[in-house]
Amino acid sequence: MTAAILPALRKPRLGRFGDPAFRALTSAFALLVLVILGGIVAALARGALPALAKFGLPFLASAAWNPVKENFGAAAPIYGTLVTSAIAMLVAIPLAFGIALFITELCPAWLKRPLGTMIELLAAIPSIIYGIWGLFVFAPFLQAHLEPAIIASLGALPGIGALFAGPPLGIGLLTAGLILAIMVLPFITAVMRDVFATVPAILRESAYGIGATTFEVVWRVVLPYTRTGVLGGIMLGLGRALGETMAVTFVIGNAHRIQASLLQPGTTISAALANEFTEAVGDIYTSSLIALGLILFIITAIVLALAKLMLIRLEARAGA
Amino acid sequence: MSAALYVRRRRRNAFVIGLAVAATTLGILWLALILFALLRNGIAALGPDLFLRMTPPPGSKGGLLNAIAGSLVLTLVGTAAGAPAGILAGTFLAEYGRGSRLAAVLRFLNDILLSAPSIIIGLFIYAVMVLPMGHFSAWAGAAALAIITIPVVLRTTEDMLGLVPAALREAAAALGAPRWKVIVIVAYRAALQGMVTGVMLAVARIAGETAPLLFTVLNNQFWSTDMNAPMANLPVVIFQFALSPYADWQRLAWGGALLITATILLLNIAAHLIAARSSSSR
Repeated sequence: MTAAILPALRKPRLGRFGDPAFRALTSAFALLVLVILGGIVAALARGALPALAKFGLPFLASAAWNPVKENFGAAAPIYGTLVTSAIAMLVAIPLAFGIALFITELCPAWLKRPLGTMIELLAAIPSIIYGIWGLFVFAPFLQAHLEPAIIASLGALPGIGALFAGPPLGIGLLTAGLILAIMVLPFITAVMRDVFATVPAILRESAYGIGATTFEVVWRVVLPYTRTGVLGGIMLGLGRALGETMAVTFVIGNAHRIQASLLQPGTTISAALANEFTEAVGDIYTSSLIALGLILFIITAIVLALAKLMLIRLEARAGA
Repeated sequence: MSAALYVRRRRRNAFVIGLAVAATTLGILWLALILFALLRNGIAALGPDLFLRMTPPPGSKGGLLNAIAGSLVLTLVGTAAGAPAGILAGTFLAEYGRGSRLAAVLRFLNDILLSAPSIIIGLFIYAVMVLPMGHFSAWAGAAALAIITIPVVLRTTEDMLGLVPAALREAAAALGAPRWKVIVIVAYRAALQGMVTGVMLAVARIAGETAPLLFTVLNNQFWSTDMNAPMANLPVVIFQFALSPYADWQRLAWGGALLITATILLLNIAAHLIAARSSSSR
């Protein structure tokens, strides 16, 4: 150690300029993050300009998508993005809460690490794998078993029956939402587990000490203490779900339509981009797709920023 | 305390615990189902042909050689460009920017970039590289992957440098080392294992990225080593072949999916083992 370090220290080759130079180098690369984000916004805004200039604000509300007449609107992809993400959240949040509760309160110590690793593996599987699995395994399963049952039971109800009307196709908004739920589950679970672990042991032990059940400890002590962190984790998952591309593209059906039924095909912003961008002909078509990208980036950036702010608030309290 | 209340609380508790166990089982089951489907469908495509032949036209025999090679090149170039940038940026946040406002803002922005939809990164590179150059290219694909690498490596580098004990830095500074030498010779060496883990996780992340490659490197049915031209790569080949109506192509897509997943899971497990070893040796 000393033999390696000392000669290096003795020679002031770079003299006094070494330190400012290294500092400038590292700060330049740190600022690169700012440049990239600024560049993304600028490039997308510039690309979206022709479409936004032509269609104006009604672009957001129009469900038209006609490449031949060059008439485009963002309503259908925005609707699909929001609906699939909502389904994903409805399914993933309770599951994530259950798994986090199991890991922090119930699971024996030897099982904690393997379970944590397994969650991280679920998060590491690339989205195209979820896509191919969804298309060839999950969608046929839904079509053959789950969807007929849903149509027969929920589809017959007045009111909400419209959500579950139509033939069982296997692909569509519901399938995409369920695949998204699997994909965001590990992210939400990991955050919940981590923030549950920040609860001071004394709070938890006091509650157990006065005879509270596991559920009461989690519901009345752990959850109120970690509320902002849990919300931050949910927003983080939502940010992922909104922007997820490949898995959705495989199973959504890619139809620019707004329909009440969740069993019918639709599209999302990212799926429309993945499917149509390289084949788009004409400046307005390309520009409309870039405008969709800009909308997606703005939505996800806001959601992620809120998530970050909530998690920072919890960190600040845990540190204090 | 009434007995009825006690029973009700116990019952509700048992119910919730049952749901938690069920949720955990479901999570594990999902992972197992996906891995099982990958193995069952992927193994059928495994064989020497997969590694020795090019992607075929529909209806004839072939493999994924050009796509495997292309993915290796893209991942390698993307990591080579993105990882050093991420390490240097992380160094600034951990060593020079600690507690400063600028660093807090950059850290915040980095987290947004880290979770930004990857298809947006592809769109960005399309606008700044593909359009001006006039054609799709492997350089553009590698650039998109590099941009995805930077925030991942930045984050782990900063975290790992933050774990280096201040006493080590102070000892080096007391010997008269300037700050940059303290960082390069002492802090980097102490945090090396964690930084390597971060780079491995970044490689695992970009190896399977598909969306940012769609509009940048596109795909190539043939062997190509020209970085200025479209290049075959596993994710986009899987995307095209899986959605095609041809059984041969779908089989190759499953083979490619198995290859990618196996690679990524091995990288992740290796990264975890390194991280576990470094935390137990301290």
